[in-house]
Amino acid sequence: MSKKILIADDEPNIVISLEFLMLNSGYQVETAANGEDALRQIAGFCPDLILLDIMLPQKNGFEVCQKIRENPAWNGIKVVMLTAKGRESEVTKGLALGADAYITKPFATKELLAQVQRLLGE
Amino acid sequence: MNLKLKLALAIAAAALLFLGSATALAFVVWSGLAVELRPLLAAALIERIDLVIFIALLIIAGLGIVVSGLFDAYVVATQRLAEETRLIASANPDHRLVPGGGAELRQLASEVNALADRYRTLEAGVEARVAAARGALEQEKNRLAALMSELAQSVLVCNIEGRMLLYNQRALHLLSAPSEAGGERNAAMAVGLGRSLFGVMDRNVVLHALEHIQERLKHGDARPVADFVTALAGGRLIRVQMAPVLAVTADQGARAAATSASGSARISGYVLTMEDIQRSVENASRRDRLLQSLTEGTRASLANIRAAIETMLAFPEMGLARRQRFEQVIRDEAQGLSHRLDSTITDHADCVRAEWPLETMLARDLIAAVQRGIETRLGMSVTVEGNDEPVWLAVDSYSLVQALTYLASRLKHECGVQQLRFRPEHRDRQAHAYLDLIWDGAPLAADTAAQWQHTAIDLGSEATPLTFEDIVERHNGQVWHQSDATAGTARFRILLPHPDHLSAPIKVSAAPSRPEYYDFDLFHQPGQRPELDRCLLSELSYTVFDTETTGLEPSAGDEIISIGAIRIVNSRLLHGEVFDQLIDPARPLAAASVRIHGIEPAMLVGQPRIERILPRFHRFCEDTVLVAHNAAFDMRFLQMKEAAADVRFTQPVLDTLMLSAVVHPNQHEHKLEAIAARLGVSAIGRHTALGDAIMTGEIFLKLIPLLAVQGVKTLKDAREASQQTAYARLHY
Repeated sequence: MSKKILIADDEPNIVISLEFLMLNSGYQVETAANGEDALRQIAGFCPDLILLDIMLPQKNGFEVCQKIRENPAWNGIKVVMLTAKGRESEVTKGLALGADAYITKPFATKELLAQVQRLLGE
Repeated sequence: MNLKLKLALAIAAAALLFLGSATALAFVVWSGLAVELRPLLAAALIERIDLVIFIALLIIAGLGIVVSGLFDAYVVATQRLAEETRLIASANPDHRLVPGGGAELRQLASEVNALADRYRTLEAGVEARVAAARGALEQEKNRLAALMSELAQSVLVCNIEGRMLLYNQRALHLLSAPSEAGGERNAAMAVGLGRSLFGVMDRNVVLHALEHIQERLKHGDARPVADFVTALAGGRLIRVQMAPVLAVTADQGARAAATSASGSARISGYVLTMEDIQRSVENASRRDRLLQSLTEGTRASLANIRAAIETMLAFPEMGLARRQRFEQVIRDEAQGLSHRLDSTITDHADCVRAEWPLETMLARDLIAAVQRGIETRLGMSVTVEGNDEPVWLAVDSYSLVQALTYLASRLKHECGVQQLRFRPEHRDRQAHAYLDLIWDGAPLAADTAAQWQHTAIDLGSEATPLTFEDIVERHNGQVWHQSDATAGTARFRILLPHPDHLSAPIKVSAAPSRPEYYDFDLFHQPGQRPELDRCLLSELSYTVFDTETTGLEPSAGDEIISIGAIRIVNSRLLHGEVFDQLIDPARPLAAASVRIHGIEPAMLVGQPRIERILPRFHRFCEDTVLVAHNAAFDMRFLQMKEAAADVRFTQPVLDTLMLSAVVHPNQHEHKLEAIAARLGVSAIGRHTALGDAIMTGEIFLKLIPLLAVQGVKTLKDAREASQQTAYARLHY
């Protein structure tokens, strides 16, 4: 059975590429446009990995990541943070809050895909 | 012992003397009389006892009138003469005794007047010498004041307790400027001679800087300074440099010789040089936001474009509709990027460029500097064209001299030009002036001129990564090359800013241009609290005030319509620090009151209400003793409004009416005009609140030495003496 990926980003122009990329790489994909929606999707869709933008409306990526890590049932979910903020302090914060990887925009899609596959043990 | 008691005792003594004499006379007559005649005399006296008593009383009354007359002529008149003589000696040397009382006293009065005339003549001589010496001193002070007022920096001098001793107009402007976040110009109330610095600046920050300087002094630093940034009461950010004023020893008369046992100099005050950095901080924060929006926004858009392109490349077989969707993403994001760049340039143009400190200078001085550089470095000849009209520029002269010398060197080495002309040109009502660099000969090719402008300046020993155009742009100017074929000349025309267009000029208020901004005696100002009561009257700071009102009964709804006040610091009336405000009483004015104060109802339309004015007045008189004439009346009006304005006037109050009664208990009149006439104070400008306050202030200053003669020297003495007068029982 194929692995499930949740894309949480409020920019449709990146979501369209990421969704197409992940679908064509053989993953099941769902999307969420804000933090609250992302948490609901996690509960219902049970993704193996989440591509999580930091600047999400309602609940930002840091808060969503924190919620994921607070819930033992979601321990297995891999979190890849995507962000336009490239400051080292933010990378440190994201990793400290439990993100598995931190990718700064703009990124090479190949590298992103490689990172996803690595985290999913493929 | 008061005079009435003395008079009563004198009359009683005269009556007793008469009765004693009559009794003795009767005893002599009685004892010389034959024994058989005595019953007859006794019977005759008893029969006429009424008449005897009547005659005795008549004689006693006559004696009383005589004694009273003599008392008035000699005792009361002597007392009055004494009071008036004291007045001549201490407050009003032009006052003269009105001869009265007995002939001897009248003669004494004329002798005292003659003496006073001689004293006045002598004093005039002394005064002339003192005036000459003071004139020289004033000249020194004025020079200092002029220097201070012309300084480009905001400068404030304080004593060690944080009281303001000296400030220039720029400091006043800076400290009273409203915060751009809003707020009134309240600080104007807090800046003034003798006022506390801590009313406008954080006390802890100032103390910390002082400690830092003290430490540096201990470690042998001869000229320590401390720098700090702080927010003013209104929220405006300023950068401050503090330099200490070191104690001067009287015997040496030399600066900074006084050292304490520990070897460190004693700080008696400090000089603060202040700079408004609100704008630069705001600019920095705008630059931050700009950078953030550029980097984050660009990253996101690039990510979207890159992901779309890479996906399209990775999946070339994708359907047409999906491909078109990706192309749309790329188009949208590219447009978004262009739009973001455009709006960034529009919104942040002024802060993209780092600020250069531009200085105001005359174009001919700038040209003279360039001329020296070109002639010595390149051996070219340089002349100046144009009329003699002064052209002011705002420039960074160093970089501009470098840039112009660089152009000259290229003209010499690449075109063989040997002679250059500079022509400055003022342009009325324009933000910029022209500065032309002209040479005879063919114009440059367009791309050569452009290349010169866009190449980093390199003068051998002096090189900079900046191009000529960079330097001109940092002046917010422009440069271009043009030719004049008919004259056979070519030129670089440079637009440079006039100084006026760099920043708004400081608006100088209607206050006198050079008021009493300095009073170094304040270095020795005693602390205002809590030993206030023990302070000498001559050393305290006062706010002398007066009010005009709709009527005389505050409890019946009468209201204040005007408050006028002036400050006294170190026994000087500060005419530059006054409070003068009309107030809307929200009730009609009685015609009778209009006749007194001359304030017409129309003058009060649109004026603020007392609830807004009282807090401002409260700040104005903070840390001072209040003084008013018949203060109970004015205080009652203020107190009636305390609750509505949410302030309380808790400072001590002195009343010139009572103080005058203390000084001259035997004078009947203690109205303002009467005291003014007695003390030789001019009564011009009466019946405006400020006019009366100023007159009261002048009277108060004359009363201080008179009170001292009577042993009333401290605030406590003055309060207690006032309470002994009959006027202390007046209530409103």
